[in-house]
Amino acid sequence: MKNSLLLGAIAVTGMVAGAATADTLQEVKDRGVLNCGISTGLVGFASQNANGDWQGFDVAICQAVAAAIFGDANAVEYNPVTNQVRFEILNSGEIDMLSRNTTWTFSRDVDLKLDFLGVNYYDGQGFLIPTELGVSSAKELDGAKVCIQKGTTTELNVADFFRVNNIEYEPVPISTASEAQQAYLAGTCQVYTTDASGLAATRASFEDPSAHVILPEIISKEPLGPLVRHGDDDWGDVVRWSLNALIAAEELGITSANVDDLAAAPTDNPEINRLLGTEGTLGEMLGLPADWGVNVIKANGNYGEIFEKFIGENTPIGLARGLNAQWTDGGLLYAPPFR
Amino acid sequence: MSTHPDTAAFVRHDALPPQDPPASEVGMVHWLRVNLFSSIGHGIMTLVALYCIYALLAAVVPWLVNGVWDADSIRQCREKLDGARGGCFAVIAERWPQLLFGNYPSEHYDRASLAFVLLFVAIAPVLFFDLPRKMLWFTGLFPFIAYWLIWGGSIWVPVLALAGVVLGFFVYRALAGRSFFGAIIAGIAATMIFGFVMLGPIAGLLNSVLNISLDPVESRQIGGFMINFILGTTCIALSLPLGIALALGRQSNLPIIKTICVVFIEFIRGVPLITLLFVASVMLAYFLPPGTNFDLILRVIIMITLFAAAYMAEAIRGGLAALPTGQYEAGASLGLDYWQSMRLIILPQALKISIPSIVNIAIGLFKDTTLVSIISMFDMVGMIQGPILSSTEWFGVYWELLGFAALLFFVFCYGISQYSQYLERKLATDHH
Repeated sequence: MKNSLLLGAIAVTGMVAGAATADTLQEVKDRGVLNCGISTGLVGFASQNANGDWQGFDVAICQAVAAAIFGDANAVEYNPVTNQVRFEILNSGEIDMLSRNTTWTFSRDVDLKLDFLGVNYYDGQGFLIPTELGVSSAKELDGAKVCIQKGTTTELNVADFFRVNNIEYEPVPISTASEAQQAYLAGTCQVYTTDASGLAATRASFEDPSAHVILPEIISKEPLGPLVRHGDDDWGDVVRWSLNALIAAEELGITSANVDDLAAAPTDNPEINRLLGTEGTLGEMLGLPADWGVNVIKANGNYGEIFEKFIGENTPIGLARGLNAQWTDGGLLYAPPFR
Repeated sequence: MSTHPDTAAFVRHDALPPQDPPASEVGMVHWLRVNLFSSIGHGIMTLVALYCIYALLAAVVPWLVNGVWDADSIRQCREKLDGARGGCFAVIAERWPQLLFGNYPSEHYDRASLAFVLLFVAIAPVLFFDLPRKMLWFTGLFPFIAYWLIWGGSIWVPVLALAGVVLGFFVYRALAGRSFFGAIIAGIAATMIFGFVMLGPIAGLLNSVLNISLDPVESRQIGGFMINFILGTTCIALSLPLGIALALGRQSNLPIIKTICVVFIEFIRGVPLITLLFVASVMLAYFLPPGTNFDLILRVIIMITLFAAAYMAEAIRGGLAALPTGQYEAGASLGLDYWQSMRLIILPQALKISIPSIVNIAIGLFKDTTLVSIISMFDMVGMIQGPILSSTEWFGVYWELLGFAALLFFVFCYGISQYSQYLERKLATDHH
């Protein structure tokens, strides 16, 4: 009895205290470390190396935000969260932001009270099939057994796609990417469907990738991006503009190699100067140091460098830039001006 | 000397030497006929079984023998195998520390290993009754030593926690003359109050006087097989006494206690363990304020312990029910009170009967600890399915990793099972 009273009292005071301090940026600064929610493991986006260090495309966003705040990309406490609990954990305040290839949808943004702050990867759902099946379009997949990750948007997308095209299929539910890979190789299903980036990673892991082909149809839009809780716009700005800084840096030609030179003295491009803090007070407006932009880019390089490092064509995953190219190269990446 | 040449033409002096048995009744042939080919049906079954064994070995042996132990990635494994069939065991070699310790800081592996070795010293006198009883003192100290070694931090926290337990024990001793049950409750209450209210300030005070501490390690860093082992041993150790208490409570004549125990057991048994783990990991965060750190491992230990205790209670109730009422009456007729007769007469027999069921639950519980991977804890299976299988180097190395996990669990579960059979033989009193 005594204990429950005690716990209850702690809980009440804590909630009052929690409500009083909605200033996440200040909390993070006081704590000295960013609590970032990431995937428990997704090839190229979040995984651990042999030393136990987290790395990957999504992890790099956490590191960029930490670098913006602290000037130290390692000031991150990684909280690996599963599909099922990610939004609860974010809303309960255990983490400050979530960078866990999460699709930006209406209901998540509006109903779940979350704020998506941009898109770091434009994905879409595709189909992987063995070449020997001799199929060149998803519309020829009548009667196929399809491996689908259960409880995700992919499940619903497939149902929609096959219904619209009036095709029969037999779903084979699986839970993880590695399970899907085994089921697919063992012939439990003839078709594996998930986001195209995941398909590319799965295909790349096969002994003979050329025996498998990703069909041209992309049946859904999956804009993946970092998100925070509703209601703290100042904190949202920090994450949003850290991501934008990465994208703008690529457009402006700032790389991890030349950022120190460009930041040493004002250049003749005012936008570079504003981004790197040699002109104007953008950092101050965010509540960050003036050289926040320099630190963001130094962490892992600009967007293009991060892409090449973790999922680009020179990695085993071998994703092409495609939609994720700069708008100047025909892609969708378009950072608002730093002004 | 007693031959009779007069009466018998021939008298044999000694017996004929025994002949060799017929070839079909000895050696290999006989064994094969009796055991493998005693009838046509058996013969066919033998051949089928032999073929199955051959097929299995033909698949597994090359896979093991050709296995690559030294490579940087699955692609390098494949290059080295060059089309041959073989496992890519290099992943186990490279990720060995992660599989065993999760993200535990590598400079402190020796601390965790020491705790692991000391566990066997501590557990030995409990398992083997022939060992000196004085070793039980170490067993009593071990939880505090292990906590300090694994989690680090100030030494005063475990020391004061131990002091709290000792305090509780003295409260119990002081009151034990009046009522055994009341004394236990009072002892536990004293320990809890001491632990919750006084431990923090006193530890801070002592720390400022004399600071002995190890580098603290956070719970989230503990993972791999280590966490399975911590959860397994702790929860088995805690759920057994709790299970006994629940079993006795369920048989109690006191309606309130009986109702509480029945409701608890039936509720917990009616809920899947996964649900309890989800409650521990997610739902509690809503009730606790942000920032309060009610340790996740502690939450999980509580949930698994409660779950296992309900099953233990039913196993032990089976043992209690198997005892003839004569035993209960014998206790009463000797003038023993309830607790004395339970402690001296009923429980020793009931527990002996329940050993197989209790061990069954213990093994199941140990394996169930892998379920924590579902709530984002990186136990061995979580580690494999998450960070390791998702790394670009090892994506797709499936059988090797899970096979290794299975092997490790088998070793420990088989050990528990063998111990229980030893214990049954040791405690057998039905033949002399």
